[in-house]
Amino acid sequence: MEWEAVIGLEIHAQLATKSKIFSGASTAFGAEPNTQACAVDLALPGTLPVFNGEALRMAVLFGLAIDAEIGYTSVFDRKNYFYPDLPKGYQTSQLFHPIVGTGYVDITLDDGTIKRVGVTRAHLEEDAGKSLHEEFPNMTGIDLNRAGTPLLEIVSEPDMRSAEEAVAYVKKIHAIVTNLGICDGNMAEGSFRCDCNVSVRYKGEEEFGNRTESKNINSFRFIEKAIKGEIIRQIDILEDGGHITQETRLYDANKDETRSMRSKEEANDYRYFPCPDLLPIVIDDDYVNQVRATLPELPDARKARFLEQYKLSDYDAMVLSAYRDLSHYFETVANTAGDAKLAANWVMGELSKLLNQNDTDIKDSPVSAEQLGGLLLRIKDNTITGKIAKQVFEAMWAGEGSADEVIESKGLKQVTDSGAIESMVDDVIAANQPQVDQYVNAEPDKRGKMIGFFMGKVMQASQGKANPGQVQGLLKQKLDALADG
Amino acid sequence: MLDKTLAELAQGLATGEFSSVELTQHYLDRINAEDGTLNSFITVTPEQALAQAEAADQLRAAGSAGTFTGLPIAHKDIFCTQGVRTSCGSKMLDNFVSPYNATVVEHFNQAGAVSLGKTNMDEFAMGSSNESSFYGPARNPWNTDCVPGGSSGGSAAAIAGGLTPGATGSDTGGSIRQPAALCGITGLKPTYGRVSRYGMIAYASSLDQGGPMARTAEDNAMMLNVMAGFDPKDSTSLDRPVPDYTLTLNDSLKGLKIGLPKEFFSGEIDPQITTQVQNAIREFEALGATVQEVSLPNTHLAIPAYYIIAPAEASSNLSRFDGVRYGYRCEDPTDLEDMYKRSRGEGFGEEVKRRIMVGTYALSEGFYDAYYKKALQIRRLIQQDYVNALSEVDIIMGPTTPHPAFKLGEKNADPISMYMEDIFTISLNLAGMPGISVPCGFANQLPVGLQMIGNYFAEERLLNAAHQFQQATDWHKQTPGQ
Repeated sequence: MEWEAVIGLEIHAQLATKSKIFSGASTAFGAEPNTQACAVDLALPGTLPVFNGEALRMAVLFGLAIDAEIGYTSVFDRKNYFYPDLPKGYQTSQLFHPIVGTGYVDITLDDGTIKRVGVTRAHLEEDAGKSLHEEFPNMTGIDLNRAGTPLLEIVSEPDMRSAEEAVAYVKKIHAIVTNLGICDGNMAEGSFRCDCNVSVRYKGEEEFGNRTESKNINSFRFIEKAIKGEIIRQIDILEDGGHITQETRLYDANKDETRSMRSKEEANDYRYFPCPDLLPIVIDDDYVNQVRATLPELPDARKARFLEQYKLSDYDAMVLSAYRDLSHYFETVANTAGDAKLAANWVMGELSKLLNQNDTDIKDSPVSAEQLGGLLLRIKDNTITGKIAKQVFEAMWAGEGSADEVIESKGLKQVTDSGAIESMVDDVIAANQPQVDQYVNAEPDKRGKMIGFFMGKVMQASQGKANPGQVQGLLKQKLDALADG
Repeated sequence: MLDKTLAELAQGLATGEFSSVELTQHYLDRINAEDGTLNSFITVTPEQALAQAEAADQLRAAGSAGTFTGLPIAHKDIFCTQGVRTSCGSKMLDNFVSPYNATVVEHFNQAGAVSLGKTNMDEFAMGSSNESSFYGPARNPWNTDCVPGGSSGGSAAAIAGGLTPGATGSDTGGSIRQPAALCGITGLKPTYGRVSRYGMIAYASSLDQGGPMARTAEDNAMMLNVMAGFDPKDSTSLDRPVPDYTLTLNDSLKGLKIGLPKEFFSGEIDPQITTQVQNAIREFEALGATVQEVSLPNTHLAIPAYYIIAPAEASSNLSRFDGVRYGYRCEDPTDLEDMYKRSRGEGFGEEVKRRIMVGTYALSEGFYDAYYKKALQIRRLIQQDYVNALSEVDIIMGPTTPHPAFKLGEKNADPISMYMEDIFTISLNLAGMPGISVPCGFANQLPVGLQMIGNYFAEERLLNAAHQFQQATDWHKQTPGQ
């Protein structure tokens, strides 16, 4: 019998509001502990919550982006439990009437097929503070700066069947919320984190197995590893005749394993009930339509446009359409250079390489899209070769000026003087008699590949500046003449 | 000066008969002399009061005094007062000095009022006798063996005893009206949402409403002018203009339609109270009102529904008192759970713990539908009863309480009989409408309260009717024997 995994995900996306969901305190990350916690966030006696309408707008925007039902009347409920970083002793959330109902996203699997993953619901809630266990020996510090930060909890259907599918889904949601500008998507800072519900069963079975929930995983890679590890753990247990305990597990990235946090029996009874301090949120079609009018182009639509408008490959279109800043950069380069394929290669190649190496966001790229477009123009008009262009690009990255300035100051202009090229070609042919003999003696259809050797030699001699087209033409002409002669 | 009303004192301040400092000192002296017996204050703030009085006198000298400038009042200790202990009658908050003012307190400060201190109350406003206070019970000035009612018992006792001319209160199930009735003063529970709850420590959020307590309806109107209004910090406060409640006090009652709910005149009720209330209603007839019977058929369900909804909300509202950030923390906790258990076990009194447990049970998985959801359904029925009755009449009248003030300790052992004292007041909180209690006579030398109930935002009409009644009677002018 073959095993099959069943995976459902709960994603917590911090909404990018300036102030908290129920108070006026700032949501900025990284401030000194407890400097961004006001009387309401501290849950001082007598304080009351006031709902931040910006969080509503963002939640509705998300609902529209995944084609979901919008909750025209949504209600905040209290989820009651005690924890030191939960100041009120309850979390204000939405259980019974969430702001976003059922919707879906489409993910592309490795084999290129499209799979639809259902979104059960998305609801608004407040984040808790943080318990700091390491800073104070034998004590726990509480930082309430994060308490009250708005979260959108996005709950998927148990539609995913592998860790890869789960990651594709998480990436898709990540791309949507960042494209909408409702979440900064910063996983390292916890702005976007994921709980993974995993169970296994024999393929073809209808019933779900007992599931475990691995909480607060904050990178795509860890999600994949945690799910893979959990699937193997569960299969091992079941194949040994064991039983899966329904429980909450914690993923330890250092050890790359999940471990038990609490079982269902130890689980809290949250005693949900409607929060009497907050009125139901009632919205109408006018409101929804106003929000709809602000929907930006989303990755799926943009990918389709890139395929159509720029004739990109499916893969290139998918990568370049995923994030707003990346898409915008690519389009600017493509339009400046007038060559989308070349722009795609450079953005996904050299640019991405340097961004990754320097851990730099594309927004902060030292080479602007216009500047990169300018560089590509110089390739197209044969001022420089593609190889030299990489050298120019690195100089531009280092702040040495525009493409034209670097080309000028470093004397990297391509050699197109056919006399100069011809003499280099002659030199190379003269200096490599054994290879020339091989060429001459080879079958004509094998010769095409052999010309690369001579190309390399000539380009080397020209320090990369010779026009490759011209070199190739001359080489072929002269070598073939020798062969046929 | 003992029986002077806020309106009369305002007049005295305006004419220069006395200064605010003199007036404030008079009440501080009264508190010094009498509160050892009455225990109506938890905290007295003489320095702050005299400083406020001085500022008020200067303001008046500068010619920019308002109606309330320099008038002394007291705040129920449920309202947060910046820099002053705000205990809510609990050991849990005995060490809590609020860093901010409740909106109501802020309004009185803006109006130039002088705060004498914080009045005694049942712990977290849970009680009908003031006996659950961590600071010991306040006593009824009419008979100090008797309770003043609760939970705003300290405010009512202080006014009746002449220790303050007015005080704030809060009413979740009758906590303004019942002590007003038992102490022979006038107290108004406004429409839910009329007065901001921000800074008023929550007991049951969907029922809590702050309101004025004073000798007369006119004083209540003056205080409500200061207290009422939309507060952007309270999502449940209503954005509606606030009228000047003193302007309509003298409107005629001719043609006023009074409804008497038959359910308020049956069952276990002291016959002397029925008699006094009936006499009062005849007074209204003499003032031109007409009387008819109405029905509030679900009245008998009000107490059971209330004792699900209020404890359920309280069980959640009081979770923040966990010993982590402020308030009482047990000594030498061994771990987190020990800290929670002992801080809350030692910091809360019996009645509070009882209600937290009841409320926790009612919200528990598997019981929610049977208790909480059912109670909300009953709440809608009760609300509909009032809506129906008030479509036929302008004001519903009846007794505020079934009995006059009872003896200290008399009902302590039997929570249910204590809860039954709120039978006529509690349903109104479930419905959200305003109600006022005015003195209308005596039973066994103890005051009797007449309760008047109006439709949503009918505070003007209620205060008008109460004022007209007080123009025709002098029950509100009676003071406890010296």
